[in-house]
Amino acid sequence: MWNYEKRLQYPVKITQTNPKLAQIIISQFGGPDGELAASMRYLSQRYTMPYKEITGVLTDIGTEELAHMEMICAIVYQLTKDLTPEEIEKSGFGPYYVDHTLALWPQAASGTPWTATVFQSKGDPITDLHEDMAAEQKARTTYDNILRLVKDPEVCDPIRFLREREIVHYQRFGESLRIVQEKLDSRNFYAFNPAFDK
Amino acid sequence: MSSQMNRQELLNHINQASFAVDDVKLYLDTHPCDTDALSFFREYSRQRNELLKEYAKVYGPLTIDTADISCRDRWDWVNEPWPWQEGGC
Repeated sequence: MWNYEKRLQYPVKITQTNPKLAQIIISQFGGPDGELAASMRYLSQRYTMPYKEITGVLTDIGTEELAHMEMICAIVYQLTKDLTPEEIEKSGFGPYYVDHTLALWPQAASGTPWTATVFQSKGDPITDLHEDMAAEQKARTTYDNILRLVKDPEVCDPIRFLREREIVHYQRFGESLRIVQEKLDSRNFYAFNPAFDK
Repeated sequence: MSSQMNRQELLNHINQASFAVDDVKLYLDTHPCDTDALSFFREYSRQRNELLKEYAKVYGPLTIDTADISCRDRWDWVNEPWPWQEGGC
C-alpha cells in the first residue's frame, strides 16, 4: 500500500522552457536506465528476496524511485509548458507533440516506448543485486551525460540531486550484496539459490 | 518556532527533514543496530511530523494524515496546487 505526499522530494522550479532538453531528459522517465524502470525493477524483485534487510532496501529504494520519476516528469512538464506551435516546430518537438500534445508519456530520448525488457527480476539474490548495482551506475552515467548538455542552473540543480541519489543507492545495494554473501557458503556463494533451493 | 516561517521557508524545512528521514531510512535498512543512526532518525522524523502538521494548519495538507487538520468547508487536498504546478511544492 502506498500513500501520496503532495510535494516533490527535491524542488523543481524551471522558469525557461526548452523542448529540445525535455526530449533528452524524458529518457530518465521512460528510457532504459530511467526512474520508472528502476522502480519497477526493485518493487518486482522484492517478493522473493529471502532476507528481510534486503526486502526493506528494495521496498524503500523502489519507493524513492517513484518520487524521482515524479521529479523528472515535473522537469519535462515545466520545460514544455505553454509551448506555441511555432516553438514546437522550431525545436524539433513535433514528432512527440503529434502523439502526446504536451502530456507526459514514458519513452526513451530515441522515442522507444518504455518497456519492462530493460530490467530483470531473476529470483536469485546475488544475480538481482548485481543487476541493481549496475542499474544505479547506468542511471548515474545517464545523468552525467545529461549534465554535459544542460546549461540552465534551474535544470542542473534537481538533476545533480538525482545523480547523487544513484550513488547512495549503489552503496546500499553493495551493502545488501555483502549481507547476502555473509549468509551464504563463503567457499561457494553459488552452491544454492536461497530464494529457491531448500 | 515555525509560526514565524513563511510558506517557502516552512516547505524548505519539511524538505530537509524529510530528506534526512529518507536517507537514514535506507542506511538503517542495512545497519539496523546503529544507535547513532536510530537517534538521528527519531529526531528528524519528529521534526518532519511537526512541520507537516504546521504546514497543513496554515496552507493545506501535504499528506492524507494531516488533511483533517486543515479541513474547513472544502476539500483542500485538491484545491492547493500540485507539486509540478506553479505555486506547488
